[in-house]
Amino acid sequence: MSAARRSTRVATLVVVAIAIATLGAPLFGARAPAAIGDVIGGRLLAPFARDPAGVFHLFGTDRLGRDLLARTLLAGRISLAVGIAGALLAGALGTGVGALAGWRRGAIDRLLMALTDALLAVPRLVLLLLCVALWEPSLRTVVIVLAATGWMGTARLTRAEVIAARGRPYVDAARALGAHSNRTLWRHVLPNALGPALVATAMGVGSAIMLEAGLSFLGLGVQPPAASWGNMIAAGRDVVVSAPWVSLVPGLAVVIVTMCATIIGDALRDRLAGRRSVSP
Amino acid sequence: MLLLWLVVTVVFVLARSAPGDPVLLIVSPSASATEIANARTRLGLDAPIAVQYARWTRGVLRGDLGTSIASGRPVRSVLADALPVSLYLGGVSLFLSFAIGIAIGAVQARRVGSRTDLAITMGATAVAAAPAFWLALGAIAVFTYGAARLGFPAALRLPAFGLHAPAGAPSGATWLVDLLRHSVLPLGVLTAIGAAGISRYTRSALLDVVGLDAVRAARGRGLAGVRLAVHVLRIALPGLMVLFALALPGTIAGSVFVESVFAWPGMGRAMTVAILGRDIPVVLGATIVYAAAVIASNLVADLAQPLVDPRVREASR
Repeated sequence: MSAARRSTRVATLVVVAIAIATLGAPLFGARAPAAIGDVIGGRLLAPFARDPAGVFHLFGTDRLGRDLLARTLLAGRISLAVGIAGALLAGALGTGVGALAGWRRGAIDRLLMALTDALLAVPRLVLLLLCVALWEPSLRTVVIVLAATGWMGTARLTRAEVIAARGRPYVDAARALGAHSNRTLWRHVLPNALGPALVATAMGVGSAIMLEAGLSFLGLGVQPPAASWGNMIAAGRDVVVSAPWVSLVPGLAVVIVTMCATIIGDALRDRLAGRRSVSP
Repeated sequence: MLLLWLVVTVVFVLARSAPGDPVLLIVSPSASATEIANARTRLGLDAPIAVQYARWTRGVLRGDLGTSIASGRPVRSVLADALPVSLYLGGVSLFLSFAIGIAIGAVQARRVGSRTDLAITMGATAVAAAPAFWLALGAIAVFTYGAARLGFPAALRLPAFGLHAPAGAPSGATWLVDLLRHSVLPLGVLTAIGAAGISRYTRSALLDVVGLDAVRAARGRGLAGVRLAVHVLRIALPGLMVLFALALPGTIAGSVFVESVFAWPGMGRAMTVAILGRDIPVVLGATIVYAAAVIASNLVADLAQPLVDPRVREASR
């Protein structure tokens, strides 16, 4: 097995393990992880410490004495859900826009592509900041805004694929058999044009998780008391010297998940490119 | 130019479709209905939407971005104060990212498949996956506070906040040294992330080129070592030029966080401060300036393409 395939396998295992751990978080956290107990005695405990009640904290505690492992897992549910939902919605929107533009062409195509180009000219983070400035920051806003600012690349890729597929013989064959235009697009063209969009969506998960963390870090994303990796890092900001683990643990979670998402995305892309070069 | 107009239009539509009445942000909470109506007229918000759109577009094209709600100053001068800081941060780190990233990518392509290659790939992927603000916090913890605690010599204890030491404004060489010392951590964080991404691209771009007949021919002519490397880089250069335009949005995003953590008074900080203070005109203005920067850099990359790529030069003739 090559190094690339091995790292892809490891990355997939790590992501699955983290996803299972976050989903099962309530099962491991014997006590309510968000509950605040003995604040004075239990706050900012170092990793591997026991609090006055004798509870062991693998990653230590934050400034309110909450267990960091439990909170990182709980935050992971929100961060992963936001990242995946944002990327999937963006991918779906981009595929829809790209397919419509590439299939219909004409005025609709020009209009949609002009919009795509205009939005692509604004750096995505700036676009995100603009949107959260105009709407109330909340979990739902973050997901919607991630979708609204992440679809343009996918739209372009899908449009190019659909335009390339239009000229293929099987499209003429479907037409000749009397298939309706929409049916041809859905059943014949899109399934063949979906590859690049899927890769872009997989790649998008990592960047969506990073952007959510960034927005939450600036106080514009997921709002406390709900935990996300971004606002946990922000919470450790003032104690970064005396208790670095408060920021370190959620930050490592972001790095590991984003890194795995990149590796998996790269592998998907390589596999797609390989399939391409084999079948002429 | 057409693209910029599209951006201006999209920003206008977004701003107008947002919930909340902008007038209520300006007047005091106890304002009467007439005061609110007066403010609305003063701001021109009672005009039909088409008229407002025409005014906004014309203003932007003339460089008039409105007035900041928080400070009462024109948005243009607020952003003009912040722009040089961001240009310095972004420009220098983009340059360093390319220099370091291409060098790393070249080393990897040279020893493709080796342990060094694998280790650098993993390292670069990890750094590229790290949030800029998190790296920035780590850098402060280690190089500012950690260095002081461990009793490092004063030269290695790097300042973490602002562009200059708060005490006085020394001139000449001291000023420059002070600025450079304040620049090390922000530039370092931004460059590390940029170089990590660029080394990944460079590695695969060079590997694509190495298989080409032109490179085989060069090898056959007996070129080796540095001269062969220059040859390969020359062929890969057009691809890397495109990367320059692609790298800019990432640098901008990174600089927003880096400015926020290191308290640098740049565009990114101006924008985040404006968002937290609901100072919408500044937010809209900053968005347009960022878009203009991206459009301009795309244009430059397009124009420079024939200069570095003879194939494009021939094709456009």
